[in-house]
Amino acid sequence: MSPFPSPADSEGRAYRNASPSLRFFVTAILSLALMFLDHRGTYLEDIRAHLGAAMYPLQVAINSPTAGARWLRENLALRERLISENAQLRREALADRAELQRLAALQAENARIRALLDSKARVPDRVVVGEILAVDMDPLRHRVILNRGGRDGAYEGQALIDASGVVGQITRDQQASSEAILITDPDHAVPVEVVRNGLRTIAMGTGDLERLSLPFLTRNADIKTGDVLVTSGLGGAFPAGYPVGTVTTVDGSSGDAFLEVAARPTASLDRLHEVLLVFQQRGTAASVVDPAPTAATPVVEPAPKVETAPVTPPPDTPTAPAEAGATPAGATE
Amino acid sequence: MRAPRWPIWLLVVLALVAELLPLPAAMQPLRPAWTTMLVIYWSLMWPGRFGVFSAFLVGLLVDVAHGSLLGQHALSLSLVAYLVLRLHLQMRVFPLWQLTLSVFALMMLEAFALLWVDGATGRAEFGIGRWGPVVVAGLFWPILMAAMDRLRERLERRDSSFA
Repeated sequence: MSPFPSPADSEGRAYRNASPSLRFFVTAILSLALMFLDHRGTYLEDIRAHLGAAMYPLQVAINSPTAGARWLRENLALRERLISENAQLRREALADRAELQRLAALQAENARIRALLDSKARVPDRVVVGEILAVDMDPLRHRVILNRGGRDGAYEGQALIDASGVVGQITRDQQASSEAILITDPDHAVPVEVVRNGLRTIAMGTGDLERLSLPFLTRNADIKTGDVLVTSGLGGAFPAGYPVGTVTTVDGSSGDAFLEVAARPTASLDRLHEVLLVFQQRGTAASVVDPAPTAATPVVEPAPKVETAPVTPPPDTPTAPAEAGATPAGATE
Repeated sequence: MRAPRWPIWLLVVLALVAELLPLPAAMQPLRPAWTTMLVIYWSLMWPGRFGVFSAFLVGLLVDVAHGSLLGQHALSLSLVAYLVLRLHLQMRVFPLWQLTLSVFALMMLEAFALLWVDGATGRAEFGIGRWGPVVVAGLFWPILMAAMDRLRERLERRDSSFA
């Protein structure tokens, strides 16, 4: 039976692997069962979360050279460079503040008009800054590790954005860390709408960091190159109104019933370092009070957030999404 | 006394680190699958101490580290170890170029096993990200083999069961 007739090989080495066939049979059954449980159900969620948490020290170790280099760069920077950087940041902050004043006025106006229409008022979202560890996961899938987990309030399905657009969402909470999926992962889809006309569709990941695909647009859909896509807020995973991408190609040359539309993500997904975890607040405007920021979790209160689109657009006012989508300042540029 | 097994596991952890180290996006598809090469080497050269179960454990570690389906690499790596154990007497007498070719074939087979699982769970992809690591690993094999041989000789000198 055994492929090794004697307990020693030609060089006289001793064996313990008497029957690799049997062992392989056992491991094959075991791994098939594991894969089935992991894919089909949520039975292994806790185990995976613990295993992932056990992996975290290794990931931190892998991240440390990158983090160290950044620390060195920040601490050994030339004084002139720091001064010029500071001046530039001041200018940007001034410009942003001016923009925010305008936004505050618009938001007040929006709230007033929404009150007149008797629809629910939107509240700004609270965000927490998270850091992406410099760890490459599976090259075929776009997953990242964040240094924020359930301990910091992060939860599964939480939306991640950066300064320029939507990044992805958290898929696994590992207490001190979490695993997140980027919007360009082939397994990911985000509900979007076109800012120009409120056309709603779904943007799927392609496995290419520079490309999203919009496969569900019929040939007569009103979409063209340069259109800005923002989250529509449908489905509830992503808050409405954050920029997702810009349409790069619209191809109707194939004989299909659907257009081939590609978009480029607005967020710079290949140079990610810091992301914002968005806490969606559902409820009335009265509850905008923010818990006091702690030292451990730097809480950023984005003053009047670029958030005006309704969570569920009222069906009897078809112009509402288009108007709302056009308002975010960051989205139209 | 038998040679300790921990150096192999230390190497496995190092291989995992090498697979997770950040690389520029253009180089990512060319990252060799170090863990697979380690499994092939140690089940080829030290079948008494590193077999199908060890490969299974390595595969579980890889699955957790890469965030892939739990059991996917465990299955593919135990398949590789099993084949190596069945063929190791032939493979050991191969000249280096022939051995490198068989390692290449084994890694291709592993890539197919992974692809099969990916296809069954609905995310099959035929990109350079899948075949690039196999080709690069084939190129790295002679170097890895030379380095591992030195370590193995040192370990075997401490092991009376090899005398």
